[in-house]
Amino acid sequence: MASVKVRLWKERIAKGFMLLSGFLVTGSLFFIVGTILYKGLPYLSWEMVSQLPKGGFYIGKEGGILNAILGSLYLASAATILATIIGIPISIFLTVYLKQGSFLSRLSKLIYDILYGIPSIVYGAIGFSIMVYFGIRASLLGGIITITLLTIPIVVRTVDELLKTVPADLRHVTQSLGATRWEVAKVLLLFIKPGVFTAILLAFGRAIGDVAGVLLTSGFSDNLPKYIDEPAATLPLAIFFQLSSPIPEVQGRAYASALVLTIIILIIVLCTQYLAAKQKKHKM
Amino acid sequence: MHAVSSSKTEKAQDVNTQVQSHIVIRDLNVHIEGKHILKNINLDIPNHSVTSIIGPSGCGKTTLLKTLNRLLEDVSDVSISGSVLVNGEDIYAPDAEVTHLRKKMGLLSQKPFPLPMSIFDNIAYGPKIHGIKNKKKLQEIVETQLRNVGLWEEVKDRLDASATRLSIGQQQRLCLARGLAVEPEIILGDESTSALDPISTQTIENLLISLKDAYTIVLVTHILRQARRVSDYIIFVYNGEILEFGKTEDVLLRPKHEITRQYVKGFIS
Repeated sequence: MASVKVRLWKERIAKGFMLLSGFLVTGSLFFIVGTILYKGLPYLSWEMVSQLPKGGFYIGKEGGILNAILGSLYLASAATILATIIGIPISIFLTVYLKQGSFLSRLSKLIYDILYGIPSIVYGAIGFSIMVYFGIRASLLGGIITITLLTIPIVVRTVDELLKTVPADLRHVTQSLGATRWEVAKVLLLFIKPGVFTAILLAFGRAIGDVAGVLLTSGFSDNLPKYIDEPAATLPLAIFFQLSSPIPEVQGRAYASALVLTIIILIIVLCTQYLAAKQKKHKM
Repeated sequence: MHAVSSSKTEKAQDVNTQVQSHIVIRDLNVHIEGKHILKNINLDIPNHSVTSIIGPSGCGKTTLLKTLNRLLEDVSDVSISGSVLVNGEDIYAPDAEVTHLRKKMGLLSQKPFPLPMSIFDNIAYGPKIHGIKNKKKLQEIVETQLRNVGLWEEVKDRLDASATRLSIGQQQRLCLARGLAVEPEIILGDESTSALDPISTQTIENLLISLKDAYTIVLVTHILRQARRVSDYIIFVYNGEILEFGKTEDVLLRPKHEITRQYVKGFIS
Protein backbone atom coordinates (compact mmCIF):
# COMPACT_ATOMS: atom_id res chain seq x y z
CA MET A 1 0.00 0.00 0.00
CA ALA A 2 1.18 3.46 -0.93
CA SER A 3 0.26 5.00 2.41
CA VAL A 4 2.56 2.60 4.25
CA LYS A 5 5.38 3.61 1.88
CA VAL A 6 4.75 7.28 2.61
CA ARG A 7 4.68 6.61 6.34
CA LEU A 8 7.93 4.70 6.15
CA TRP A 9 9.52 7.60 4.28
CA LYS A 10 8.32 10.02 6.93
CA GLU A 11 9.84 7.73 9.52
CA ARG A 12 13.17 7.75 7.65
CA ILE A 13 13.18 11.53 7.23
CA ALA A 14 12.36 12.12 10.89
CA LYS A 15 15.07 9.70 11.97
CA GLY A 16 17.50 11.32 9.56
CA PHE A 17 16.89 14.73 11.09
CA MET A 18 17.40 13.37 14.59
CA LEU A 19 20.68 11.75 13.64
CA LEU A 20 21.87 14.86 11.78
CA SER A 21 21.15 17.15 14.74
CA GLY A 22 22.76 14.66 17.07
CA PHE A 23 25.91 14.51 14.98
CA LEU A 24 26.07 18.29 14.56
CA VAL A 25 25.77 18.97 18.28
CA THR A 26 28.07 16.19 19.43
CA GLY A 27 30.46 17.12 16.63
CA SER A 28 30.64 20.76 17.66
CA LEU A 29 31.16 19.73 21.26
CA PHE A 30 34.10 17.55 20.23
CA PHE A 31 35.37 20.36 18.02
CA ILE A 32 35.30 22.84 20.92
CA VAL A 33 36.93 20.49 23.40
CA GLY A 34 39.41 19.44 20.72
CA THR A 35 40.36 23.04 19.95
CA ILE A 36 40.84 23.86 23.61
CA LEU A 37 42.95 20.76 24.10
CA TYR A 38 44.99 21.28 20.93
CA LYS A 39 45.69 24.94 21.52
CA GLY A 40 45.71 24.97 25.31
CA LEU A 41 47.38 21.75 26.40
CA PRO A 42 50.92 22.81 25.31
CA TYR A 43 50.63 25.85 27.58
CA LEU A 44 49.08 24.09 30.54
CA SER A 45 51.61 23.53 33.27
CA TRP A 46 51.76 23.20 37.01
CA GLU A 47 53.21 26.71 37.11
CA MET A 48 50.18 27.98 35.21
CA VAL A 49 47.63 26.72 37.77
CA SER A 50 49.66 27.19 40.93
CA GLN A 51 51.10 30.68 40.58
CA LEU A 52 49.84 34.20 40.49
CA PRO A 53 50.67 36.27 37.42
CA LYS A 54 54.13 37.70 37.76
CA GLY A 55 55.45 40.87 36.23
CA GLY A 56 55.36 40.49 32.50
CA PHE A 57 52.87 37.59 32.55
CA TYR A 58 50.74 39.41 30.02
CA ILE A 59 53.62 39.73 27.59
CA GLY A 60 54.36 36.05 27.76
CA LYS A 61 56.65 35.82 30.75
CA GLU A 62 56.38 33.85 34.00
CA GLY A 63 53.39 33.34 36.26
CA GLY A 64 50.02 31.64 36.25
CA ILE A 65 46.31 32.17 36.59
CA LEU A 66 45.80 31.04 40.19
CA ASN A 67 44.17 34.43 40.87
CA ALA A 68 41.49 33.75 38.25
CA ILE A 69 40.98 30.10 39.25
CA LEU A 70 40.46 30.90 42.92
CA GLY A 71 38.57 34.11 42.16
CA SER A 72 36.12 32.19 39.97
CA LEU A 73 35.73 29.42 42.55
CA TYR A 74 35.12 31.90 45.39
CA LEU A 75 32.65 33.88 43.36
CA ALA A 76 30.73 30.98 41.84
CA SER A 77 30.56 29.01 45.11
CA ALA A 78 29.36 31.97 47.17
CA ALA A 79 26.81 32.98 44.53
CA THR A 80 25.52 29.41 44.14
CA ILE A 81 25.17 28.91 47.89
CA LEU A 82 23.33 32.22 48.23
CA ALA A 83 21.11 31.51 45.22
CA THR A 84 20.23 28.09 46.69
CA ILE A 85 19.44 29.53 50.11
CA ILE A 86 17.27 32.23 48.59
CA GLY A 87 15.87 30.30 45.63
CA ILE A 88 14.61 27.09 47.23
CA PRO A 89 12.29 28.87 49.70
CA ILE A 90 10.90 30.86 46.77
CA SER A 91 10.12 27.66 44.83
CA ILE A 92 8.52 26.12 47.92
CA PHE A 93 6.37 29.19 48.36
CA LEU A 94 5.33 29.17 44.70
CA THR A 95 4.43 25.48 44.67
CA VAL A 96 3.38 24.55 48.19
CA TYR A 97 1.94 27.74 49.64
CA LEU A 98 0.36 29.44 46.65
CA LYS A 99 -2.75 27.88 45.18
CA GLN A 100 -1.83 26.23 41.91
CA GLY A 101 -3.20 28.02 38.90
CA SER A 102 -4.07 31.15 40.87
CA PHE A 103 -3.30 34.57 39.41
CA LEU A 104 -0.42 35.23 41.79
CA SER A 105 1.10 31.81 41.12
CA ARG A 106 0.96 32.25 37.35
CA LEU A 107 2.28 35.80 37.55
CA SER A 108 5.24 34.78 39.72
CA LYS A 109 6.12 31.95 37.40
CA LEU A 110 5.98 34.30 34.42
CA ILE A 111 8.28 36.74 36.21
CA TYR A 112 10.81 34.01 36.96
CA ASP A 113 10.66 32.84 33.35
CA ILE A 114 11.49 36.37 32.22
CA LEU A 115 14.27 36.74 34.80
CA TYR A 116 15.65 33.40 33.60
CA GLY A 117 15.91 34.75 30.08
CA ILE A 118 17.43 38.16 30.81
CA PRO A 119 21.00 38.42 29.48
CA SER A 120 23.69 38.55 32.11
CA ILE A 121 24.98 41.96 30.99
CA VAL A 122 21.68 43.37 32.25
CA TYR A 123 22.29 41.74 35.62
CA GLY A 124 25.77 43.23 35.46
CA ALA A 125 24.27 46.68 34.94
CA ILE A 126 21.80 46.15 37.80
CA GLY A 127 24.57 44.84 40.06
CA PHE A 128 26.68 47.82 39.09
CA SER A 129 23.95 50.30 39.99
CA ILE A 130 23.38 48.55 43.32
CA MET A 131 27.10 48.87 43.97
CA VAL A 132 27.13 52.53 43.04
CA TYR A 133 24.16 53.14 45.32
CA PHE A 134 25.85 51.50 48.29
CA GLY A 135 29.27 52.80 47.40
CA ILE A 136 30.80 49.39 46.81
CA ARG A 137 33.74 49.35 44.39
CA ALA A 138 34.32 46.66 41.78
CA SER A 139 35.00 43.70 44.03
CA LEU A 140 34.36 40.07 44.85
CA LEU A 141 31.27 41.23 46.77
CA GLY A 142 29.91 43.11 43.75
CA GLY A 143 30.46 40.02 41.59
CA ILE A 144 28.79 37.77 44.13
CA ILE A 145 25.72 40.03 44.36
CA THR A 146 25.38 40.15 40.58
CA ILE A 147 25.93 36.45 39.97
CA THR A 148 23.55 35.56 42.81
CA LEU A 149 20.84 37.64 41.13
CA LEU A 150 21.62 35.87 37.87
CA THR A 151 21.43 32.37 39.33
CA ILE A 152 18.38 32.72 41.61
CA PRO A 153 15.92 32.35 38.69
CA ILE A 154 17.77 29.22 37.56
CA VAL A 155 17.38 27.62 40.99
CA VAL A 156 13.77 28.78 41.33
CA ARG A 157 12.63 27.53 37.92
CA THR A 158 14.46 24.20 38.12
CA VAL A 159 13.32 23.37 41.65
CA ASP A 160 9.83 24.52 40.75
CA GLU A 161 9.75 22.11 37.80
CA LEU A 162 11.02 19.34 40.07
CA LEU A 163 8.33 20.04 42.67
CA LYS A 164 5.73 19.78 39.93
CA THR A 165 6.84 16.20 39.24
CA VAL A 166 5.93 15.14 42.79
CA PRO A 167 2.64 13.22 42.64
CA ALA A 168 -0.24 15.15 44.23
CA ASP A 169 -1.08 12.06 46.27
CA LEU A 170 2.24 12.21 48.13
CA ARG A 171 1.28 15.70 49.22
CA HIS A 172 -2.20 14.60 50.17
CA VAL A 173 -1.08 11.63 52.25
CA THR A 174 1.47 13.78 54.06
CA GLN A 175 -1.19 16.40 54.76
CA SER A 176 -3.49 13.64 55.97
CA LEU A 177 -0.95 12.74 58.62
CA GLY A 178 -1.57 16.20 60.00
CA ALA A 179 1.55 17.79 58.53
CA THR A 180 1.71 21.56 58.20
CA ARG A 181 2.64 23.06 54.85
CA TRP A 182 6.24 23.51 55.92
CA GLU A 183 6.41 19.86 56.99
CA VAL A 184 4.89 18.85 53.65
CA ALA A 185 7.50 21.00 51.89
CA LYS A 186 10.30 19.18 53.71
CA VAL A 187 8.95 15.80 52.57
CA LEU A 188 8.70 17.07 48.99
CA LEU A 189 12.28 18.34 49.14
CA LEU A 190 13.43 14.92 50.33
CA PHE A 191 11.60 13.42 47.38
CA ILE A 192 13.28 15.67 44.82
CA LYS A 193 16.72 15.81 46.49
CA PRO A 194 18.64 14.16 43.63
CA GLY A 195 17.20 16.70 41.22
CA VAL A 196 18.05 19.61 43.50
CA PHE A 197 21.73 18.72 43.12
CA THR A 198 21.32 19.09 39.38
CA ALA A 199 19.66 22.46 39.86
CA ILE A 200 22.56 23.64 42.01
CA LEU A 201 25.01 22.34 39.42
CA LEU A 202 23.24 24.23 36.66
CA ALA A 203 23.43 27.38 38.73
CA PHE A 204 27.11 26.83 39.46
CA GLY A 205 27.87 26.19 35.80
CA ARG A 206 26.17 29.41 34.81
CA ALA A 207 27.87 31.30 37.65
CA ILE A 208 31.41 30.19 36.90
CA GLY A 209 31.12 30.67 33.17
CA ASP A 210 29.57 34.09 33.08
CA VAL A 211 31.60 37.00 31.67
CA ALA A 212 29.19 39.86 31.21
CA GLY A 213 27.91 39.77 34.79
CA VAL A 214 31.36 40.11 36.30
CA LEU A 215 32.79 42.47 33.68
CA LEU A 216 31.41 45.57 35.40
CA THR A 217 31.18 44.30 38.94
CA SER A 218 34.05 42.16 40.16
CA GLY A 219 36.94 44.00 38.56
CA PHE A 220 40.19 42.15 37.90
CA SER A 221 43.29 41.75 39.96
CA ASP A 222 46.56 39.89 39.73
CA ASN A 223 46.37 39.25 43.45
CA LEU A 224 44.09 37.05 45.44
CA PRO A 225 41.36 39.01 47.22
CA LYS A 226 42.10 39.02 50.94
CA TYR A 227 38.77 40.61 51.75
CA ILE A 228 35.40 40.44 50.08
CA ASP A 229 35.55 44.12 49.09
CA GLU A 230 38.70 43.69 47.00
CA PRO A 231 38.62 43.18 43.25
CA ALA A 232 38.89 39.57 42.14
CA ALA A 233 39.92 37.97 38.88
CA THR A 234 37.71 35.39 37.20
CA LEU A 235 38.55 32.73 34.65
CA PRO A 236 36.19 33.93 31.91
CA LEU A 237 37.66 37.45 32.12
CA ALA A 238 41.19 36.03 32.22
CA ILE A 239 40.42 34.15 29.02
CA PHE A 240 38.96 37.29 27.48
CA PHE A 241 41.97 39.48 28.34
CA GLN A 242 44.57 36.93 27.29
CA LEU A 243 42.80 36.15 24.05
CA SER A 244 42.82 39.85 23.12
CA SER A 245 46.60 39.89 23.35
CA PRO A 246 48.63 39.90 20.13
CA ILE A 247 51.33 37.72 21.71
CA PRO A 248 50.91 34.04 20.70
CA GLU A 249 52.23 32.82 24.07
CA VAL A 250 49.48 34.72 25.91
CA GLN A 251 46.83 33.58 23.44
CA GLY A 252 47.85 30.00 24.08
CA ARG A 253 47.45 30.58 27.77
CA ALA A 254 43.90 31.77 27.10
CA TYR A 255 43.15 28.30 25.71
CA ALA A 256 44.89 26.71 28.67
CA SER A 257 42.68 28.82 30.97
CA ALA A 258 39.62 27.65 29.04
CA LEU A 259 40.83 24.09 29.56
CA VAL A 260 41.11 24.72 33.31
CA LEU A 261 37.56 26.13 33.37
CA THR A 262 36.28 23.11 31.45
CA ILE A 263 38.01 20.73 33.84
CA ILE A 264 36.51 22.52 36.87
CA ILE A 265 33.04 22.17 35.35
CA LEU A 266 33.71 18.52 34.54
CA ILE A 267 34.72 17.83 38.15
CA ILE A 268 31.60 19.57 39.44
CA VAL A 269 29.39 17.56 37.06
CA LEU A 270 30.94 14.28 38.15
CA CYS A 271 30.65 15.13 41.85
CA THR A 272 27.02 16.13 41.44
CA GLN A 273 26.16 12.98 39.53
CA TYR A 274 27.83 10.88 42.21
CA LEU A 275 25.95 12.68 44.99
CA ALA A 276 22.66 12.50 43.11
CA ALA A 277 23.07 8.76 42.57
CA LYS A 278 23.79 8.29 46.26
CA GLN A 279 20.65 10.21 47.16
CA LYS A 280 18.42 8.19 44.86
CA LYS A 281 17.87 5.30 47.26
CA HIS A 282 14.41 6.45 48.43
CA LYS A 283 13.24 7.45 44.98
CA MET A 284 10.35 5.54 43.48
CA MET B 1 -32.25 4.33 57.94
CA HIS B 2 -29.71 6.49 56.27
CA ALA B 3 -31.75 7.80 53.44
CA VAL B 4 -30.78 11.04 51.80
CA SER B 5 -32.51 13.78 53.66
CA SER B 6 -33.43 17.00 52.04
CA SER B 7 -35.85 18.94 54.20
CA LYS B 8 -34.87 20.57 57.47
CA THR B 9 -37.29 18.49 59.53
CA GLU B 10 -35.95 15.28 58.16
CA LYS B 11 -32.45 16.44 58.93
CA ALA B 12 -33.29 17.12 62.55
CA GLN B 13 -34.87 13.72 62.78
CA ASP B 14 -31.84 12.07 61.27
CA VAL B 15 -29.49 13.58 63.77
CA ASN B 16 -31.74 12.43 66.59
CA THR B 17 -32.28 8.91 65.41
CA GLN B 18 -28.72 8.35 64.27
CA VAL B 19 -26.64 8.85 67.33
CA GLN B 20 -24.03 6.82 65.53
CA SER B 21 -23.29 9.20 62.66
CA HIS B 22 -19.61 10.05 62.59
CA ILE B 23 -19.61 12.33 59.61
CA VAL B 24 -22.62 14.47 58.81
CA ILE B 25 -22.75 16.33 55.52
CA ARG B 26 -25.33 19.05 54.97
CA ASP B 27 -26.14 20.88 51.72
CA LEU B 28 -22.67 20.36 50.34
CA ASN B 29 -22.03 21.88 46.94
CA VAL B 30 -18.68 21.86 45.19
CA HIS B 31 -17.83 23.80 42.07
CA ILE B 32 -14.50 23.27 40.33
CA GLU B 33 -13.61 25.65 37.50
CA GLY B 34 -17.25 26.67 37.24
CA LYS B 35 -18.49 23.10 36.96
CA HIS B 36 -20.98 21.87 39.52
CA ILE B 37 -19.20 18.69 40.66
CA LEU B 38 -21.15 17.83 43.82
CA LYS B 39 -24.79 18.82 44.09
CA ASN B 40 -26.69 19.24 47.36
CA ILE B 41 -25.04 16.41 49.20
CA ASN B 42 -26.68 15.40 52.48
CA LEU B 43 -25.25 12.36 54.17
CA ASP B 44 -24.86 10.70 57.54
CA ILE B 45 -21.92 8.36 57.52
CA PRO B 46 -22.29 5.78 60.28
CA ASN B 47 -19.71 5.22 62.96
CA HIS B 48 -17.59 2.04 63.10
CA SER B 49 -18.57 0.66 59.75
CA VAL B 50 -17.33 0.54 56.20
CA THR B 51 -19.13 2.84 53.79
CA SER B 52 -18.31 2.57 50.12
CA ILE B 53 -18.83 5.33 47.60
CA ILE B 54 -19.55 3.84 44.18
CA GLY B 55 -20.54 5.31 40.85
CA PRO B 56 -19.43 5.74 37.25
CA SER B 57 -16.08 7.38 36.43
CA GLY B 58 -16.16 11.13 36.77
CA CYS B 59 -19.30 11.15 38.91
CA GLY B 60 -17.57 12.97 41.75
CA LYS B 61 -16.82 10.14 44.17
CA THR B 62 -13.16 11.07 44.73
CA THR B 63 -14.13 14.74 45.06
CA LEU B 64 -16.65 13.75 47.72
CA LEU B 65 -13.97 11.80 49.60
CA LYS B 66 -11.49 14.67 49.39
CA THR B 67 -13.96 17.22 50.70
CA LEU B 68 -14.12 15.14 53.89
CA ASN B 69 -10.45 15.90 54.48
CA ARG B 70 -10.31 19.43 53.04
CA LEU B 71 -7.84 18.24 50.44
CA LEU B 72 -9.46 20.18 47.63
CA GLU B 73 -8.16 23.46 48.96
CA ASP B 74 -4.83 23.53 47.18
CA VAL B 75 -6.50 23.61 43.83
CA SER B 76 -7.51 27.02 42.59
CA ASP B 77 -10.98 27.86 41.44
CA VAL B 78 -12.77 25.57 43.85
CA SER B 79 -15.78 26.78 45.74
CA ILE B 80 -17.27 24.71 48.50
CA SER B 81 -20.48 25.51 50.34
CA GLY B 82 -22.41 23.64 52.98
CA SER B 83 -21.07 21.89 56.02
CA VAL B 84 -19.22 18.71 56.89
CA LEU B 85 -19.49 17.84 60.57
CA VAL B 86 -17.07 15.41 62.12
CA ASN B 87 -18.13 14.58 65.67
CA GLY B 88 -20.41 17.57 65.41
CA GLU B 89 -17.58 19.96 64.54
CA ASP B 90 -17.88 21.74 61.20
CA ILE B 91 -14.60 21.26 59.38
CA TYR B 92 -15.44 24.07 56.97
CA ALA B 93 -16.07 26.57 59.76
CA PRO B 94 -13.85 29.64 59.34
CA ASP B 95 -12.04 28.96 62.62
CA ALA B 96 -11.50 25.24 61.97
CA GLU B 97 -7.86 24.24 62.27
CA VAL B 98 -7.09 22.15 59.21
CA THR B 99 -3.92 20.37 60.37
CA HIS B 100 -5.68 19.08 63.46
CA LEU B 101 -8.71 18.00 61.38
CA ARG B 102 -6.67 16.09 58.87
CA LYS B 103 -4.92 14.17 61.61
CA LYS B 104 -8.29 12.67 62.48
CA MET B 105 -8.55 11.11 59.03
CA GLY B 106 -6.03 8.77 57.55
CA LEU B 107 -5.87 8.71 53.77
CA LEU B 108 -5.02 5.60 51.80
CA SER B 109 -4.34 6.76 48.26
CA GLN B 110 -4.79 4.96 44.94
CA LYS B 111 -1.17 3.98 44.67
CA PRO B 112 0.97 3.53 47.75
CA PHE B 113 3.12 6.59 48.36
CA PRO B 114 5.70 5.80 50.99
CA LEU B 115 7.51 8.89 52.25
CA PRO B 116 11.05 9.09 50.83
CA MET B 117 12.60 7.64 53.97
CA SER B 118 13.13 4.32 55.76
CA ILE B 119 10.39 1.89 56.78
CA PHE B 120 10.81 2.92 60.42
CA ASP B 121 10.70 6.64 59.66
CA ASN B 122 7.60 6.23 57.51
CA ILE B 123 5.62 5.03 60.51
CA ALA B 124 7.39 7.30 63.00
CA TYR B 125 6.92 10.40 60.83
CA GLY B 126 3.36 11.17 61.95
CA PRO B 127 3.93 10.65 65.69
CA LYS B 128 7.17 12.68 65.40
CA ILE B 129 5.55 15.74 63.84
CA HIS B 130 2.89 15.55 66.53
CA GLY B 131 5.52 15.83 69.19
CA ILE B 132 6.53 12.31 70.23
CA LYS B 133 10.31 12.44 70.60
CA ASN B 134 10.96 9.50 72.92
CA LYS B 135 12.83 6.86 70.90
CA LYS B 136 11.43 3.96 72.88
CA LYS B 137 7.86 5.19 72.49
CA LEU B 138 8.42 5.59 68.74
CA GLN B 139 9.79 2.06 68.47
CA GLU B 140 6.73 0.82 70.29
CA ILE B 141 4.39 2.64 67.92
CA VAL B 142 6.24 1.37 64.85
CA GLU B 143 6.08 -2.23 66.04
CA THR B 144 2.41 -2.04 67.06
CA GLN B 145 1.31 -0.49 63.79
CA LEU B 146 3.39 -2.85 61.65
CA ARG B 147 1.87 -5.76 63.55
CA ASN B 148 -1.58 -4.24 63.02
CA VAL B 149 -1.17 -4.52 59.27
CA GLY B 150 0.67 -7.85 59.42
CA LEU B 151 3.94 -6.41 58.15
CA TRP B 152 6.10 -6.75 61.25
CA GLU B 153 7.38 -10.27 60.59
CA GLU B 154 8.20 -9.36 57.00
CA VAL B 155 10.20 -6.22 57.72
CA LYS B 156 11.42 -6.36 61.32
CA ASP B 157 15.01 -7.07 60.24
CA ARG B 158 15.19 -4.22 57.76
CA LEU B 159 13.44 -1.30 59.37
CA ASP B 160 16.26 0.97 58.19
CA ALA B 161 15.82 -0.02 54.57
CA SER B 162 14.11 2.35 52.19
CA ALA B 163 10.35 1.92 52.13
CA THR B 164 10.43 1.99 48.33
CA ARG B 165 12.21 -1.38 48.32
CA LEU B 166 9.03 -3.09 49.51
CA SER B 167 6.59 -4.68 47.09
CA ILE B 168 3.58 -2.60 46.10
CA GLY B 169 1.29 -4.66 48.34
CA GLN B 170 3.65 -4.27 51.29
CA GLN B 171 3.95 -0.54 50.57
CA GLN B 172 0.19 -0.12 50.74
CA ARG B 173 0.08 -1.92 54.08
CA LEU B 174 2.93 0.30 55.26
CA CYS B 175 0.94 3.36 54.20
CA LEU B 176 -2.05 2.07 56.15
CA ALA B 177 0.15 1.55 59.22
CA ARG B 178 1.61 5.03 58.75
CA GLY B 179 -1.88 6.49 58.74
CA LEU B 180 -2.90 4.49 61.83
CA ALA B 181 0.17 5.68 63.73
CA VAL B 182 -1.30 9.18 64.11
CA GLU B 183 -4.38 7.62 65.74
CA PRO B 184 -7.06 8.84 63.38
CA GLU B 185 -10.76 8.20 63.88
CA ILE B 186 -11.59 7.82 60.24
CA ILE B 187 -9.86 6.04 57.38
CA LEU B 188 -10.46 7.35 53.87
CA GLY B 189 -9.59 5.03 51.01
CA ASP B 190 -9.39 6.34 47.46
CA GLU B 191 -9.53 3.20 45.30
CA SER B 192 -6.79 1.96 47.55
CA THR B 193 -6.45 -1.44 45.97
CA SER B 194 -6.52 -0.42 42.33
CA ALA B 195 -2.74 -0.79 41.92
CA LEU B 196 -2.53 -4.06 43.81
CA ASP B 197 -2.52 -7.72 42.80
CA PRO B 198 -5.48 -9.90 43.89
CA ILE B 199 -3.74 -11.32 46.97
CA SER B 200 -2.58 -7.94 48.27
CA THR B 201 -6.07 -6.61 47.55
CA GLN B 202 -7.55 -9.33 49.69
CA THR B 203 -5.10 -8.58 52.50
CA ILE B 204 -6.02 -4.88 52.46
CA GLU B 205 -9.74 -5.67 52.31
CA ASN B 206 -9.49 -8.01 55.29
CA LEU B 207 -7.48 -5.43 57.19
CA LEU B 208 -10.11 -2.78 56.56
CA ILE B 209 -12.88 -5.11 57.73
CA SER B 210 -10.93 -5.91 60.90
CA LEU B 211 -10.32 -2.20 61.54
CA LYS B 212 -13.94 -1.14 61.42
CA ASP B 213 -14.49 -1.93 65.08
CA ALA B 214 -12.14 0.88 65.94
CA TYR B 215 -12.50 3.23 62.97
CA THR B 216 -15.06 4.67 60.64
CA ILE B 217 -14.02 3.74 57.15
CA VAL B 218 -15.05 5.47 53.93
CA LEU B 219 -13.88 3.98 50.65
CA VAL B 220 -14.15 5.04 47.07
CA THR B 221 -14.20 2.04 44.81
CA HIS B 222 -15.11 1.26 41.24
CA ILE B 223 -15.18 -2.46 41.87
CA LEU B 224 -18.69 -3.54 42.80
CA ARG B 225 -17.57 -6.89 44.11
CA GLN B 226 -15.20 -5.11 46.47
CA ALA B 227 -17.99 -2.87 47.69
CA ARG B 228 -20.07 -5.99 48.31
CA ARG B 229 -17.25 -7.77 50.13
CA VAL B 230 -16.17 -5.03 52.49
CA SER B 231 -18.89 -2.51 53.03
CA ASP B 232 -21.82 -2.23 55.40
CA TYR B 233 -23.26 0.77 53.58
CA ILE B 234 -23.11 1.95 50.02
CA ILE B 235 -23.44 5.44 48.59
CA PHE B 236 -24.23 5.53 44.89
CA VAL B 237 -23.15 8.78 43.30
CA TYR B 238 -24.32 9.70 39.82
CA ASN B 239 -23.56 12.98 38.09
CA GLY B 240 -22.58 14.67 41.33
CA GLU B 241 -25.70 13.66 43.18
CA ILE B 242 -26.35 10.95 45.70
CA LEU B 243 -28.91 8.72 44.08
CA GLU B 244 -28.97 6.07 46.70
CA PHE B 245 -27.59 5.44 50.16
CA GLY B 246 -28.34 2.43 52.28
CA LYS B 247 -27.24 -0.94 53.56
CA THR B 248 -25.04 -2.81 51.11
CA GLU B 249 -27.55 -5.54 50.35
CA ASP B 250 -30.36 -3.04 49.89
CA VAL B 251 -28.47 -0.94 47.37
CA LEU B 252 -26.99 -3.87 45.48
CA LEU B 253 -29.94 -6.27 45.55
CA ARG B 254 -32.96 -4.02 45.86
CA PRO B 255 -31.96 -0.69 44.33
CA LYS B 256 -34.73 1.87 44.46
CA HIS B 257 -33.53 3.86 41.53
CA GLU B 258 -33.49 2.68 37.93
CA ILE B 259 -30.00 4.13 37.30
CA THR B 260 -28.62 2.34 40.36
CA ARG B 261 -30.10 -0.89 39.08
CA GLN B 262 -28.47 -0.39 35.69
CA TYR B 263 -25.12 0.43 37.30
CA VAL B 264 -25.25 -2.57 39.60
CA LYS B 265 -26.08 -4.82 36.66
CA GLY B 266 -23.16 -3.39 34.73
CA PHE B 267 -25.07 -1.55 32.03
CA ILE B 268 -23.38 1.73 32.91
CA SER B 269 -19.83 2.01 34.11
